[in-house]
Formats: sequence, structure tokens, C-alpha cells
Amino acid sequence: MSKIMPFTGAQAVANAMRQINPDVVAVFPITPQTEIMMQFAKFHADGDVDTELVRVESEHSAMSCCVGASAAGARAITATASAGLALMWEILGVASGSRLPIVMPVVNRALSSPINIHCDHSDAMGCRDHGWIQIFNENAQEAYESVFLAVKLAEHPDVLLPAMVCLDGFITSHGVQNMELFEDKEMKDFVGEYQPKKWLLNTDDPVTVGPLELQDYFFETQKQRADAMMKAKEIYLSVGRELSKITGKEYPYFEGYQLDDAEAVIIVMNSTAGNTKAVIDKMRSEGKKVGLLKPRLFRPFPYEEIAKALSGKRYAAILDRAESYGANAPLYGEIKNALYEVQEKPKLKSYIYGLGGRNIFEAEIENVFETLLSGDFDPMEVGHIGLRGESQ
Amino acid sequence: MKDIFEIRIHGRGGQGAKTASQFIAEAALGKGKFIQSFPEYGPERAGAPMKAFARISDKPIHSYAPVVNPDVVMVIDPTLLETVNVADGLSEDGVLIVNTPKDTQWAQEKTGFKGKCMAVDATKIAFEAVGKNLPNTPMIGALIKATNCITLDAITESIKKKFLKKLGEEKTQATIDAVKKAHDEVK
Repeated sequence: MSKIMPFTGAQAVANAMRQINPDVVAVFPITPQTEIMMQFAKFHADGDVDTELVRVESEHSAMSCCVGASAAGARAITATASAGLALMWEILGVASGSRLPIVMPVVNRALSSPINIHCDHSDAMGCRDHGWIQIFNENAQEAYESVFLAVKLAEHPDVLLPAMVCLDGFITSHGVQNMELFEDKEMKDFVGEYQPKKWLLNTDDPVTVGPLELQDYFFETQKQRADAMMKAKEIYLSVGRELSKITGKEYPYFEGYQLDDAEAVIIVMNSTAGNTKAVIDKMRSEGKKVGLLKPRLFRPFPYEEIAKALSGKRYAAILDRAESYGANAPLYGEIKNALYEVQEKPKLKSYIYGLGGRNIFEAEIENVFETLLSGDFDPMEVGHIGLRGESQ
Repeated sequence: MKDIFEIRIHGRGGQGAKTASQFIAEAALGKGKFIQSFPEYGPERAGAPMKAFARISDKPIHSYAPVVNPDVVMVIDPTLLETVNVADGLSEDGVLIVNTPKDTQWAQEKTGFKGKCMAVDATKIAFEAVGKNLPNTPMIGALIKATNCITLDAITESIKKKFLKKLGEEKTQATIDAVKKAHDEVK
């Protein structure tokens, strides 16, 4: 029997890690991720897990530790946020390039400067092209379940890529909400024992990890990594179906909420998708055809499926919680890309919101829908929700 | 009534507004409700004005935005009435509960709030019961009297669950008694 718990997102993720009982966890604190590791360290101290807990001196070392552990054949997990993820950047590529299925919850937070500890998606967006699977999560429940999905997907022999489980800093990591905690045994059985085909400490079948590859083979290795990422897309669905048998939930590429007959669609990831659902409920009761498309799998990106879902819609706003200075905002750029081959495209509008933890209120989301429904907007102009001095 | 019952608590950093919101939410969850509890995320300085929020509903709660139109506002520190518009967004059908040795008329004059206003000396009750300046839990007793959004039984269970192991039977019972006293004394 599952249990309903009053959990923060951090507690939810830490409990997923407890149930997985990884071989190695590298620990380095950074707000707002610290709560995850604090809770996991307590499980460790209480003997609930027999993980090798490695207290490292930086995030660069945390990821290096996971790389070493994973190459040696261990199931390795760490967690980070913001500047911590930025400091890992070099080793993130080593992890994916060496095809090591490390799993990492990322508690999304702004990057410096100025210094800001609050939520936005700049950290995860900064490494979106680094060969990591990225799953975005609306709430504690989704984040909890995605950790299991990420482990199984990353370790799949046709994938062997590291995976990030992204959740909103503070809003999700520190807010208490209902969380359905599934039984330890069921979840342990779901992930099973990690049995790598090749590992560094296997002297009967020796392998090289992290070799020098110059003009001769480097290109081919990159192609293999790109192919593996494309394979991860379909395997995500099959692993999700397996997880559904325990949780009863679905794990699609994206969630549609009142999407089928919607004229105006908001496309947004993580917790703000929840705020948008509340607005949709209100506006639907007034007879307005509004809907949500919430991408969950951001890498690999489901271009064809999203294109199909948006084909024939009249208007769509894409809300990004990250800037891409001098370019289209990250999610907006992907959506626009996806629609290139579509005949009946919606008219699009790009909005930036919530940088550095700026609140986004339901009234502001309602304004976005009203702007879309009016049809009276310039698709070339980027909107900023809740920016001082800018009216929507 | 709205589908979601929303509470906003005003306090100062370190006074337990966040803990109070968590207690309320957990008590409701124990009765099968959907809940949320979270503080306003800021620099978290001790003594600085801060807010905490709780939501209770029979249906899943989607929005994670801060509460802007609360059904109840609780003020743990009466000095906030001088500097913060605590009744902001509170409709006249709502309730304002203030921790103060003064009466409701004073609170009404200070805030200009026209709806139902209640006052309780939760600081005094806390000092008498547990010997500490911890008005946050007694304030929950006042909330229950004002709204019935949770029950005294539910909060008693939550307090026992949280404190019995940590504080022992005597102090836990004193905390529960303080909640009941505030429930009986609030006007």
C-alpha cells in the first residue's frame, strides 16, 4: 500500500534515493538542493541505506566522483543546483561522453550574477546540449517518480546516458504538499540491481574509459552519443509504461491539460504549469477555450509529437523561465523549430517570466491567455511577465 | 465557499509562522484533505517581516503561487500592524486573527479591516503554558474557533506526532493545552 505524506519536493526526492539505495552518492551542499542531501545523509546515518556516501569538496568533484563510481560499475547519484551545476559543466560532458548512467536531481535556481538563490531554469538550460537526458517536473510527486524513471532509462543498455531530474527551487523543493509514497519493495524491484555490461574493475573483460580520440574516432563517438539520445526518446515511453504498473500514472513526453479543443495554449514547464491549470479551470468555467501543453521530456526533445499536438491551434504562448541572450528563449526556440513543417501553425508569442524567483500570479497567466485570445499581439516581440515597468 | 481554503500568516522570521502553516496543513492532510504549506521565499532574516501560506482543499491543488486572496489572515506579531498591510486581499467575508493583549476594536482600527476580526493574547498563553514566547501554535486554536477549517482533534494528533518523542509527554500536553486555551479565549 502506498502512503500519502506531507512532503517537500526535497523530501520526496530524498525518499526516492532511499528506496533506490544507490551504491555511491556524492554529497556537496548548495541551496536549494541541500535539503535533499541533508535528508539522504540522515537515512544513511540511520542505516536505512548502505550507500557509500562520499563527502566531496566541490561540485566538480561530486560529478567526478560519480564518473569514477559509475565507470567502476556502481549506481551513482548526486544532486545539485545553479552554480553547482555550472561548476560541474566540464565533467557533465565526461559523464555523457563516457556513457555513464549517472542520475542527478537538479533543483532549478538562477545563475549569478547578481547573486540570487531563487528559482529559474537558467542552470538546466545552460547544459541542455551536453548529452544529458532532462526530465522536468511540476511538483514533488512527479519529481519523486521521475527519479525512478531516470535510473531505469539511463541504465538501459541502448541508452547509457546520464539523466537530470529537474524541479523548481523552493517552490517545489521547499513547499509541503501531498505526496504518494509507494512501497519500498515495489520501487526497489522496479529499479533492480544495476548490472553494467562493461565496467572498469572487471579484469576478465578489460575496457578503457575516457581515452584520447583525435581526428580518427572522436566524430564517430559523438555520433553514437547522439544516436543513443534519440533512442532514449522511445525507451522513455516504455520505461514509463513499466512504472505506470506501480504508480497508475502516465509518463508522456508532455502533458496536455484541456488541450484537445483549446484555441489558445500556454506551453510551460515545471511548477508554473500548475498555476496555469488553475487559471484554465477558471477560464473554462467562463466558456473560454484555453489549454496547457507541459513538456516533461526536454532532452531528447519530442519535436514531432509536439508539432502534431499544436497543429491546427490558433494561438500559443511559450513561457520560458530562462533567457537565451541574443537568441530565442530555450523552450520557445524548440517549439518554433517543431512547427516548421506544420501547415496550420498557431501564431506564437514568447514570454520570459519568473527569473530569479520572481513570483508568477494567476492573474498574470490569465492576462497572457486573454492576449492570445484577442489575437492582437506581435509575434516578433518578446513579452516579460511581471517585469517592473512593462505592462503585458 | 471557494474550492480551496487559503490561509496567510504574518510573522517575523523565527516566530514560527512557517511551522504553524505546516501544522495546519498536516492536520488537514491527516483528515484526507489536499494541502499545501510554504513560506514566502526571501532572505529569511530573523526578526524581519515574513509570510507563510497554507491551502486546504477536497480536490487536488494546482497553483503554487503565493496566496493573494486569503480566507483567513493570522498575525503572530502585533507590531506588524504598524508596518505591513496585513488585510491586503482579504475579503470582508474573511477573518483576521491577531495575537495581541488588546481587543478586536484596536486591531480593526489599526488595519482598517471591515470584516470579522478576532483577537487573542497568544503570547501570554504560550508563556503560561510552555514558558516560552511561542505564540504560533496557540494561534492555531484561535483559527479553529474562527473557521473550523481543521478540528481540535486533528491538530492535537499532529502536535503529538511531532513533539511527543522530542519533548516528552508533559511539554507536548502543555502545547496542546495552549492551543485549547487560545481556542476558548479568542474573541
